[in-house]
Amino acid sequence: MSELLSDDPSRSDTPLLQALGLTKRYGAFVANDAIDIEVCGGQIHALLGENGAGKSTLVKAIYGLIQPDSGELRWQGQRIVLAGPAQARALGIGMVFQHFSLFENLTVAENVALGLDGRESFKAMSARLDEVARAYGLPLDPKREVWQLSVGERQRIEIVRVLMQNPKFLILDEPTAVLTPQEADQLFVVLKRLRAEGRAILYISHKLEEVKLLCDTATVLRAGRKVAACDPRQETAASLARMMVGTEVKEVKAAGTRRITVPRLVVNDLNLAPEDTHGVRLRQISLELKGGEIFGIAGVAGNGQDELFAALSGERLVREPGTVVIDGIACGHLSITQRRRLGAAFVPEERLGHGTAPRMKLSENALLTGHAAGDMVHHGFVDAAATLRAVDRATKTFDVRKAKRDPEAASLSGGNLQKFVVGREILRGPAVLIVNQPTWGVDAGAAAVIRQALLDLADAGAAVLVTSQDLDELIEIADRIAVMFHGRLSAPLSRAEATREKLGLLMGGSSIADKEPVHAAGA
Amino acid sequence: MQLVLEKRLEQSRTIALVSPLIAIALTLLTMSILFVLLGKNPLLALGVYFIDPLTDGYSLQEIAVKATPLVMIAIGLSLCYLANAWNIGAEGQLLIGAVAGSWIAVKTQGTDAGHWVLPAMLLAGAVAGALYALIPALCRVKFGASEILTSLMLVYVADLLLDYLVRGPWRDPAGFNFPTTAEFDPVATVPVLIEGGRLHLGSLIALLVVASAFVVLGRTIMGFEIRVVGAAPRAARFAGFNADHLILLTFAISGALAGLAGIIEVAGPIGHLQPGISPGYGFTAIIVAFLGRLNPVGILIAGLFLALTFIGGEQAQITMKIPLDVTKVFQGILLFYVLACDSFILYRFRLVSRQVTHGIG
Amino acid sequence: MELVEAIILSVLAASTPLLIAATGELVTERCGVLNLGVEGMMIVGAACGFGGAWASGSIVVGALCGVLAGTALSLIFALMTLVLAVNQVATGLALTILGTGLSGLIGAGFVGQRITTAPHLHIPLLTNIPLLGRIVFGEDAFVYLSLALIIGVWWFLYRTRSGLILRACGDNHVSAHALGYPVLRIRLLAVMFGGACAGLAGAYLPLAYTPFFIPGMTAGRGWIALALVVFSSWRPGRLVVGAYLFGAVSILQLHAQGAGIGIPSQFMSALPYLATVIVLVLLSRTRRGGSTAPATLGTVFVPDR
Repeated sequence: MSELLSDDPSRSDTPLLQALGLTKRYGAFVANDAIDIEVCGGQIHALLGENGAGKSTLVKAIYGLIQPDSGELRWQGQRIVLAGPAQARALGIGMVFQHFSLFENLTVAENVALGLDGRESFKAMSARLDEVARAYGLPLDPKREVWQLSVGERQRIEIVRVLMQNPKFLILDEPTAVLTPQEADQLFVVLKRLRAEGRAILYISHKLEEVKLLCDTATVLRAGRKVAACDPRQETAASLARMMVGTEVKEVKAAGTRRITVPRLVVNDLNLAPEDTHGVRLRQISLELKGGEIFGIAGVAGNGQDELFAALSGERLVREPGTVVIDGIACGHLSITQRRRLGAAFVPEERLGHGTAPRMKLSENALLTGHAAGDMVHHGFVDAAATLRAVDRATKTFDVRKAKRDPEAASLSGGNLQKFVVGREILRGPAVLIVNQPTWGVDAGAAAVIRQALLDLADAGAAVLVTSQDLDELIEIADRIAVMFHGRLSAPLSRAEATREKLGLLMGGSSIADKEPVHAAGA
Repeated sequence: MQLVLEKRLEQSRTIALVSPLIAIALTLLTMSILFVLLGKNPLLALGVYFIDPLTDGYSLQEIAVKATPLVMIAIGLSLCYLANAWNIGAEGQLLIGAVAGSWIAVKTQGTDAGHWVLPAMLLAGAVAGALYALIPALCRVKFGASEILTSLMLVYVADLLLDYLVRGPWRDPAGFNFPTTAEFDPVATVPVLIEGGRLHLGSLIALLVVASAFVVLGRTIMGFEIRVVGAAPRAARFAGFNADHLILLTFAISGALAGLAGIIEVAGPIGHLQPGISPGYGFTAIIVAFLGRLNPVGILIAGLFLALTFIGGEQAQITMKIPLDVTKVFQGILLFYVLACDSFILYRFRLVSRQVTHGIG
Repeated sequence: MELVEAIILSVLAASTPLLIAATGELVTERCGVLNLGVEGMMIVGAACGFGGAWASGSIVVGALCGVLAGTALSLIFALMTLVLAVNQVATGLALTILGTGLSGLIGAGFVGQRITTAPHLHIPLLTNIPLLGRIVFGEDAFVYLSLALIIGVWWFLYRTRSGLILRACGDNHVSAHALGYPVLRIRLLAVMFGGACAGLAGAYLPLAYTPFFIPGMTAGRGWIALALVVFSSWRPGRLVVGAYLFGAVSILQLHAQGAGIGIPSQFMSALPYLATVIVLVLLSRTRRGGSTAPATLGTVFVPDR
């Protein structure tokens, strides 16, 4: 496999891939603005930028998934035009997507076959699949159906699928976003081997420490433009961050030591079967959250965070009322509306479709959670003026940028909508706030606003439960951190004890009693 | 260059207003072509269909009479469709309502029953329709079975039940063996509003239903719940709205309205129970609901418009020998155009330049 | 013996249109598209099929006309749902309403006319075997075609790469698109296949089942075909079983009526429809919390360019 490239004269001399002046517009929004980038063989080239900077758009153009409006692509010095991914693959370009392009109800082998061009028979492909997977230390069982696999295993399929095309140029879009630190290390071993084989790798990430360890060179994007090209090994995380964001990012400040008061949210031995076969069973979850505290729950996606949110919010009820206690009142059997009346507020992970109705106006979305208590509903009739006032208050307090006073939720950018969703709940003055992935896919400015709002809420005496995949975020704002793995919650670690290594181990399943085999996620 | 469809940032208000008009215009154009193919003068035919019925006082009343069941049923359907629950069995609920109300009429026939008979019939019709609609609703909520298929199957069952009753136990003994009940007593008949005319109480009830739906959907929390459950089910659950309850409720209301429409038709314009009391009102109401954009005022206008085409179609058959099926074709085409034009509220087309492919390898 | 043979033959005949129509819809739904217009496409297929055969004197021409008519209607559906991203449920309903009206228009001239029905196979010696002979070797072309179709579809879906791609589109159209597959084009072909089958199934009725055309002669078979696809859990093997079961129910009630059992004919006629409801309920119940339907069924897909 690797012999193919060792004689390649283009290695490290002419760039393997060049983009010159690449521009892509979506209506009035310029996703990529005249971007120049060069990637050479035998290199890991980082593509840096915060959410919304245009990284995904650029690589989709390189892979032939979208057509640039202007600019050109050059492969080994020659101009190319890609009509689609099949051509990109034929040239030797492979891509591992951030959101996996997998088919849940098909087998591993079928998924791999769909990512290839079908020139070999299924049998021959299956044999080769086994060979490649073993060669790179990424074992796969070809007959299993994807829905049964963990996130790390699914990524393995994506990577093996790409490696089987024997690519000269590999693009990886945020590959470690869904991995534990230990799994990420395993991935780096594979990538370094690929680099040694002379392949070129374009590595998209916003994790600066990682990039400094792994990458040889970096291109930084900001608001659709290329703003810098540098060697990340010579930079500091702070200087890279400054290039990405443009200004100094406001550091979130806690107001000194906070007064911790009485338990406001208590979970006693929560056990819950999943709603569907693809879900995760919750086992013996217990925690106690006091007023003034921020409790963080870390963990890779798919370990029961959604199920826990549903159980705590009241979207799913439990038989034993005492399983969930809010401000001293047992409410395991109470609906989400009743829990809101007790003073709880909730922010789900998915802001469009779960936290808000995308095609409805912000005022209607304010009514979505505001109808439970307050002045929005009188005798069954809706007070439209009151809902508009709620929108105005959230807009002012949380700096929500929008085109008009009451637009549809879907028309707001990710960061602004998230500010609205979080603001909507905080302005209800909750005693307990439960929030899932507060800054996922949100630009740095909005993320800072949201994290500060959470800290301020805790300062005011509320109990805040934050679930996040972003370890840095949790380490920044949480007083205690526990880890979810396979539906179980670890014992919480205090701020001092919560190192990335320890958290990483817990996220990977070590030192938590789990008698089940690793793959039976839904049993 | 290539035309691609993309989602709009926000729904287009202008298109929302203009789209039904464009749809109607396109339909008229298509129908003209159809008329030409049938060998008829298109302008003449369109005139008979749409203009003539508006010129005559009697046919204006007929339009109102025909529109009454359409509007009532369509309002009920709009509630279901807004909640993303697809009640396709309104025709069956109409028939069952007619049967239930007629049961009271038949049982009290010839006896000296008081004025409680008609209200009792209307109530029976509504309740029966509601219960019949709850069958597919429960099948969906409790068992996850497709309400589209179950509600539709029940239409055939209701039709056969009606057929059995009017040919068997309820057949008018003095009716020369025709499959029909005897003419209903005056206390069992829906009163006419204008002496000698056809406009009856049912039309007022229909207007009341429209007004109520307008208030409920636009101003109340229940209307909001219905809309959210259909538009964003996960958000609805997050809001604490119970989708199952809402599906049962909207189906029950829809069934009640269809049943009520059914018994009003039988006890009003028709006067007795027979097969074929409905020329497919339950299905035409689906078109009315979509044409009216699932909005009460829109449904009122759409109902009147389609009633106009029914009357026009009957006239066209008599004066121009145009087959009645043309009306159905017209309604189907209209629904297509409305759906197509409405697509542009959410989406728009964009021209993209596609560079010619010259890949290597 | 004679009676058993007659019953089995009539069950086969009654099941054939269900099987053909359901086969087409199975392929469409496996690709992620829900086409509720099967009844409309079938009835137009019936009218055009009869018209074609009557005008040309050939059953084959009639069948082709039916196929073309069904395909043409399915193209309207495809234009609306795949190009204009219109809601599939509403479009399917509109298609049924339009198809019913169109078939009335087209078929008006054919009511009362008669044709010679499709010939049955006759192999000397084999066809004369008692009981099995006529059942296995004495059917008309449609019956053999229906079985060939479903076997062909099974082989296509599970043994070919194109079938795998089609199933992938139904499972996750976003992933399929990201991998570079032309999802909309594949769906178009699947929808057209469904339309062709529905048209053929409809044409079967006046060409082989009875030698004449009546408006509305499909009598809801299109809807039953849709229920059959659900019943089969989108698997070809189970589809055959379901089709013959439903055919049996609808035929047996006819035989029961003929045998003079004292139940009113309307109740017997209602049996197939009630059976459909009961089957749908029972089936959906056993699959609570994890449907086997193609994951993208009925959802709109607008590719990101």
